[in-house]
Amino acid sequence: MSSLPKVIVVEDEANIRRFIKLTLESENCEVFEADGVKRGLIEAGTRRPDLVVLDLGLPDGDGIDFIRDFRSWSGIPVIVLSARTAEADKVAALDAGADDYLTKPFGADELAARVRAHLRRHFKTGSTESATFEFGRMRVDFARRVVEKDGQQIHLTPIEFRLLAYLIANPDCVLTHRQLLKAVWGPSHAEDSHYVRVYMGHVRKKVEDDPARPRHIVTESGVGYRFLP
Amino acid sequence: MSDQRPDPDQLLSRLNEEEARTRRGKLKIFFGASAGVGKTYAMLGAARQQLLAGVDVVIGIVETHGRMETEVMADGLECLPLRDIPYRDRVLKEFDLDGALARQPALILMDELAHSNVAGSRHAKRWQDVDELLAAGIDVYSTVNVQHLESLNDVVTGITGIRVWETVPDKVFDAADEVVLVDLPPDELLQRLQAGKVYLPHQAERAIRNFFRKGNLIALRELALRRTADRVDDQMLQYRRDQFVSSVWQTRDSLLACIGTGAGAEKVVRTTSRIANRLEAPWHAIYIETPTLQRLSEASRHRILRNLKLAEELGAQTATLSGSEADQVAIKYARDHNLAKIVVGRDHPRSWRPWYRSFADRVGQQAPDLDVLQVARSETEHDSGKHSRAAVNESIFDQWPSYAKAAAGCALAGVAAAALFPIVDLPNIVMVFLLAVVLVSVRYGRGPGVLASFLSVAIFDFFYVPPRFSFAVSDVQYLMTFVVMLVVGLITGQLTAGSKYQAKVATRREQRVRSLYEMSRDLSGALMPEQIAEIGERFIVAELGARAAFLLTDDNDQLQPALPSANGLPAVDLGIAQWAFDHGEAAGQGTNTLAASPILYLPLKAPMRLRGVLALEMHHSDRLLIPEQRRLLDTFASLIAIALERVHYVEVAQSTTVQMESERLRNSVLSAISHDLRTPMSVLVGLADSMFLTQPPPTGAQAEIARSLKEEALRVSGQVNNLLDMARLQAGRVELNRQWQPLDEVIGSSLKIVERALAGRTVKVALDDELPLVEIDFTLMERVFCNLLENAAKYTPPDSQVSIGARATASAIEIWVEDNGPGFPGGKEEMIFKKFERGQTESATPGVGLGLAICRAIIAAHGGEIRAENRPTGGARFLFTLPKGNPPQLEAELPEVEEKS
Repeated sequence: MSSLPKVIVVEDEANIRRFIKLTLESENCEVFEADGVKRGLIEAGTRRPDLVVLDLGLPDGDGIDFIRDFRSWSGIPVIVLSARTAEADKVAALDAGADDYLTKPFGADELAARVRAHLRRHFKTGSTESATFEFGRMRVDFARRVVEKDGQQIHLTPIEFRLLAYLIANPDCVLTHRQLLKAVWGPSHAEDSHYVRVYMGHVRKKVEDDPARPRHIVTESGVGYRFLP
Repeated sequence: MSDQRPDPDQLLSRLNEEEARTRRGKLKIFFGASAGVGKTYAMLGAARQQLLAGVDVVIGIVETHGRMETEVMADGLECLPLRDIPYRDRVLKEFDLDGALARQPALILMDELAHSNVAGSRHAKRWQDVDELLAAGIDVYSTVNVQHLESLNDVVTGITGIRVWETVPDKVFDAADEVVLVDLPPDELLQRLQAGKVYLPHQAERAIRNFFRKGNLIALRELALRRTADRVDDQMLQYRRDQFVSSVWQTRDSLLACIGTGAGAEKVVRTTSRIANRLEAPWHAIYIETPTLQRLSEASRHRILRNLKLAEELGAQTATLSGSEADQVAIKYARDHNLAKIVVGRDHPRSWRPWYRSFADRVGQQAPDLDVLQVARSETEHDSGKHSRAAVNESIFDQWPSYAKAAAGCALAGVAAAALFPIVDLPNIVMVFLLAVVLVSVRYGRGPGVLASFLSVAIFDFFYVPPRFSFAVSDVQYLMTFVVMLVVGLITGQLTAGSKYQAKVATRREQRVRSLYEMSRDLSGALMPEQIAEIGERFIVAELGARAAFLLTDDNDQLQPALPSANGLPAVDLGIAQWAFDHGEAAGQGTNTLAASPILYLPLKAPMRLRGVLALEMHHSDRLLIPEQRRLLDTFASLIAIALERVHYVEVAQSTTVQMESERLRNSVLSAISHDLRTPMSVLVGLADSMFLTQPPPTGAQAEIARSLKEEALRVSGQVNNLLDMARLQAGRVELNRQWQPLDEVIGSSLKIVERALAGRTVKVALDDELPLVEIDFTLMERVFCNLLENAAKYTPPDSQVSIGARATASAIEIWVEDNGPGFPGGKEEMIFKKFERGQTESATPGVGLGLAICRAIIAAHGGEIRAENRPTGGARFLFTLPKGNPPQLEAELPEVEEKS
């Protein structure tokens, strides 16, 4: 019909749904609403969406089940909405395949920014396979495995490099400790999350201007990390 | 090679011993041959040197006996006041143990280790007081004379002819850390005695003068020197063992002392103890009760029990056994317990019975592999014979109805024989009498059986053997008949007595086992401590004939009577009970502690901990001395303790279930509330935001309203979060999601969250470079930092500086958040952590005063502490600690080279 990106909002609270709809429409999205897991899956299957915004606490089922089902046939971005204290739920949702989360209550700006970032990433996928990547004062050359800051080469250990490369490969997404461990250290280290924290600290010291207030590698409390280019 | 290597178990036990010794105080004994050699003087001299070296020395008790030189030495040393103990109509002075324990000196002087305390003191003997002082970590100097050593006691008595009643167990002497021999040649000692420099109590002056003969003094001196030499020898051995010099490990010989009924048994016990000590071997002492020994006089019984107790005090394992053949029982016991040497007293020579073989001979013949050591009889033994004879007389007197009945039986047999005489032959008449003898023996035991034998022989001879009505015998053949009748009577009597005795023992045992079984069955059904106490009391009354009461611990570890003294056990002394409980040892009647009390207090030891105290009042206090009774009592006590522990854990399990259930309920209520409160907040924020998206866009004033609507909604939401957090933290145990984290990450993340609230205040973060990982719940700790930073932002002017720092101490991580603002109002540093408490009570600063209370709850849940203080240079500082724990080690990364290849 149109080239507008399609977004499905799965949320049982009508007022929140309306607010999200308003926000997304002002971002030039076409919004389809669903009030439960079943309805959401039907919408997702028929509307061919570009993004899903999903509340975790739904009356007819668990949002995580929705993600598992949905991930079995689609790779489009999923943004999860959840309460502040439910870190375990967020981690479970992210591990199940969600890309990002928003903590309630959230403002329109936050929502709009996240949606924009994920749509951009979604539409860009596959088009750019460049051998170098630049952010801030950094330049990463994947072919030569070289990292430069202001043109000066800086030394990263193999693990630090793999960590940075994985972050760069998944910009704007929230990556849980488990995902990072699995990607960088392999499946045998799945429980040693302090490795991620320590090495992330090393990478930050080399990459960030002020490691105490990181700008690119942001900590998501109790959940994991997000890379902001 | 291999025999050079010390046994690891031995090493371990030595390490444990050394550890126990370092916690205990050290005991130094000044050891002398007799009174007057200058032990007290030497002790005071050593104490003065310690005092000069700056050690906290006090005199617990020192007898100067008015001697000038000794008093001069004691001068200047702090002297603990003695305690007054009322004794009958007088007041006696005695060492004040509790006062000394409260004073906690480094070193205390306790003269005369062998001294017996005044009745009414906690311990019967001073060495027990010293033991408690040592256990409290106080060093002790003390003095001992050689005749006071338990194992040398009888030797000294033999030499000097004077019996010393105050003794010290050898184990105390051997366990002393240092022994200093104070020696004086006998001539000099005699000179001193003549010069009146040796204190002698007036009442016994003559006897003691007798004691101070030169021959005695030389002998005592030799004993003291030898005993010290033995000790030095032991130390040498110990040293060799420590240095692994020795290549020969002795196989351990252990000894078995057989306690007889005579007075010589005491000597057997003491000798065995001495040999065992010299061999460093364990030893056992047993008493074997055979049918013959069943009817002993009360005095002999007492002596046996006393000897068993003596053996126990000297370090033996004791037992009372029963069986028909003492030698076999002893051999079996020795084999079962792997005891290679049997020590027995020498029997009376029995020249008039050449066939008689002594106990030692019998053991030697039946077990040629065991060593048998015979101990010479002591001279005083003869009186024992009198005792036992008296006992026999007494028992015959007691049993006269049985004898009368035996005589009546024989008369009956005579009448029956008279009726049969015309019809049957003489040999068959014999059968009638034989039957009577057997029946009497079976029915009434040995004594009446013997009587019946003789009577039957007499009646048979008098009435039936020709010539009749005379004791003359015409045919020699009848002598044979008489002998057979007698022998049959005797054998039957013996057998009957034996089997009766066995049956009695078996019944007794069965009864004991049955009552144990019944008690454990009843206990297994008990659900309340009161029920257990009731069952325990019932069985103890039935089985031991004692009155019992249970004192169980309440929640504060205080002993309380389990039942409201239903059967009225009088005057249970809670103080003694508490002592028994605290020390885990029996106290009161029949023990070493407060033996004057009429009640025995047994701690109830369960596998995990002590559960209470069993107080017992025995009618026959000496029954406690019988090892079997004691063991039975201990078994009762441990069964009861286990039952109490089971009930305790059932209660714990129940309360845990209830707690879990209520926790679950609370959590579901909390999450329901939080959902219901948060959803409208989210809607409010969202709707306020969406006003900007409406067409046409809101005007300036409308936009302003929408913006503040959103901000207020966010603030309320934040406060709702605080309230819910507080509720969650207070609702019971906080479930922490603890992980090892670098601290800077939490701080960075918190700074990002409060960036807006800080509004331009500079934040300096200075963490130690080598800061280890800390095990924290990330989100909760983030909350702590956010609250502290927000707090700093709230109460400081906008241009203030905030700084965060951390450093590792030996056991904890110390973290502080400080500012250079106005600081806390004086005295409010602790108050601010209370809920709904704020520095300024009425102010425009928003908030309800939950932030710091939440911080405290979170940090307490992590096992740390938080406090607030004013900085000396001005400004507020929050300081908190987190436990260091054991941070995990990171596997080192492989070198880069390998990665590339």
